[in-house]
Amino acid sequence: MRKVAIYGKGGIGKSTTTQNTVAGLVELGRQVMVVGCDPKADSTRLLLGGLAQKSVLDTLREEGEDVELEDIRKKGYGGTWCVESGGPEPGVGCAGRGIITSINMLESLGAYDESEGLDYAFYDVLGDVVCGGFAMPIRDGKAEEIYIVCSGEMMAMYAANNISKGITKFAQSGNVRLGGLICNSRKVDNEKEMIEKFAERLGTQMIYFIPRDNDVQRAEINRKTVIEWNPEAKQADEYRGLARAIDENDMFVIPTPLEIEDLEELLMDFGLMN
Amino acid sequence: MLLRHTPSRIIERKAVTINPAKTCQPIGAMYAALGVHGCLPHSHGSQGCCAYHRSTLTRHYKEPILAATSSFTEGASVFGGQANLLQAFNNIFTVYDPDVIAVHTTCLSETIGDDLPQIRKKALKEGKIPEGKYVMCASTPSYVGSHVTGFSAMVKAMTEFSQSTGKRNGKVNILPGWVEPADMEEIKRILSLMGIDAIVMPDTSGVLNTPLTGRFSMFPRGGTTMEEIKATGDAIATVALGRWCSEEAALALDKMHQVPCNVIDMPFGLKATDRFIDTLRSVAGVSVPEAIDVERGQLVDMISDMHQWVYHKKVALAGDPDQLISMTEFLVSIDMWPTHIVTGTPGKKFEKRIREICAELPYEVNVKAKGDLFLLHQWIKNGPVDLLISNTYGKYIARDEDIPLVRWGFPILDRQGHQYFPTVGYRGGLRLLEKILSALLDRKDRDDDEVQFELVI
Repeated sequence: MRKVAIYGKGGIGKSTTTQNTVAGLVELGRQVMVVGCDPKADSTRLLLGGLAQKSVLDTLREEGEDVELEDIRKKGYGGTWCVESGGPEPGVGCAGRGIITSINMLESLGAYDESEGLDYAFYDVLGDVVCGGFAMPIRDGKAEEIYIVCSGEMMAMYAANNISKGITKFAQSGNVRLGGLICNSRKVDNEKEMIEKFAERLGTQMIYFIPRDNDVQRAEINRKTVIEWNPEAKQADEYRGLARAIDENDMFVIPTPLEIEDLEELLMDFGLMN
Repeated sequence: MLLRHTPSRIIERKAVTINPAKTCQPIGAMYAALGVHGCLPHSHGSQGCCAYHRSTLTRHYKEPILAATSSFTEGASVFGGQANLLQAFNNIFTVYDPDVIAVHTTCLSETIGDDLPQIRKKALKEGKIPEGKYVMCASTPSYVGSHVTGFSAMVKAMTEFSQSTGKRNGKVNILPGWVEPADMEEIKRILSLMGIDAIVMPDTSGVLNTPLTGRFSMFPRGGTTMEEIKATGDAIATVALGRWCSEEAALALDKMHQVPCNVIDMPFGLKATDRFIDTLRSVAGVSVPEAIDVERGQLVDMISDMHQWVYHKKVALAGDPDQLISMTEFLVSIDMWPTHIVTGTPGKKFEKRIREICAELPYEVNVKAKGDLFLLHQWIKNGPVDLLISNTYGKYIARDEDIPLVRWGFPILDRQGHQYFPTVGYRGGLRLLEKILSALLDRKDRDDDEVQFELVI
């Protein structure tokens, strides 16, 4: 089983990209489980056709510790298993601890057992690496490959660089590796070239460039992944391409994060090219 | 030789504390809360914290320490402890019916960001705190400060209930700081000798030194009542004993109700007690009665009678800042030589103050705030002493280095008497001196050869 975590700046499109890619992997015949690690619990909306999932922590709160696997995971598009960690309402409690709790619970309930026949487990993780809890999927070898979703915008690249620092830290003591950057285009000037260069500087690759296309939003309105909503769409092929690239990926590295000055310089170089 | 691995070479440490000279903030908060009449301390955290704090206090005071807990589980640590605390208010007021619940936080509830005043507000709104009942809140994560700051935080929390009617009530607020129930009793005796009408807050006498009567009482007779706590706002002055324990609360009363505050040292030993009596005299406008002069004279008498046995004896000390400051001053005043002094409580002012007290001594004193017993032990290895004064944890050093030990401070887990025999005031000074002399002279009797062994000393 390949254990994959998707990180990236908030709002960059991690959940959308993850679910659309998972749909592509399903077409390749892979058995996938998606674990949403976000208190908003919206990481499986497109696979389940709406916010139809009761989160692990809600279940824990209501049922006590006597929870069974059926209570917390649901079958979504193409037979994918969907789990939402959930978490406290904003401003109280500890969302990080929530993620630790729910991943531990999935493990003890046997969601990752070989008998489940999983090819992939995807962790869709909230925003930046902000505390130990949000780093949970890359601790203890829970996720072994990381993909960072980013765009050519400074803050997205800054976040990607910061996440790389987290990966470097955990990679030294475990086997987590960076699999590449996924560029979710924002139509920034020279975006593709810049991210390719940025990836190179990080010691990794830009595994795929997803062009911007409003079909993604149209599919989202219909609570579906692009592949399910319109298999013929051009954007569906892009996600198929990303799925294939991940499926065939064999470049896993310990990243070399940039100093902030270098990052600024990179941005200047590409931003001023025109 | 339980501490045989302690090396004499001292290396500056940044990352590790070995054999700490302090304990958790909530222990102090709990002790302070027990000095409020009809109060049930409540630990907002997991059960283990509460159990540890209760057992430490129980072992020191040899009384059952009752306290409730929010009993955090995994769920509470993720979602916050509000639901637990609201439920706790309901349960506690229904089942145990205290006048006051004094809630303090723990590391866990602080880290997840539980906001006690907000939860209390919600409880009030939802009618979970009955009319005429009170909830005090103190923020006491254990990764900040020490048991001393926890004590201070809870005393400050008490001042929130002070009221001012606009008319002074002629009373003097005494914030005794973390002293034994016996010391609180002694302070009250002195106050009554001087004819001063005072509010002692908190007051653990009659709570943690109660007689065995065969009848269990969940809330003993002692403790500062809520009426008294409210009345602190109308007092003519506050005398706060010990900067670390009592200053914050005294300043709060001054700020809220313009009650003039006097922060002085804890009255241990001759000089500090002199200042205490003098402060009382001036704030209350009374004269010092002869009875107190007599007590003072008795202490001076014993000091001069036995001076040769304490003269230039070196002493190592570990304990809490307020206590150590007065004790160091006492030792210097009777010509003893305090040489190594450690407190686990942070505060650079402590080091400065100790250096001032020891300025006239013919050597450089070793002093450290936020230090530990390991460092104290290393200092002793490099500069041997004749006496160690510390809480029970010092017994390991005393045994390894073969030094007489006077147990004084918190906690004392292996000897008795501290709840009943005060060490504050002139009378308390007599007891301190007696203990120091006994320790030194017992050692002399043990070590002297046959020729020197004397019947009369």
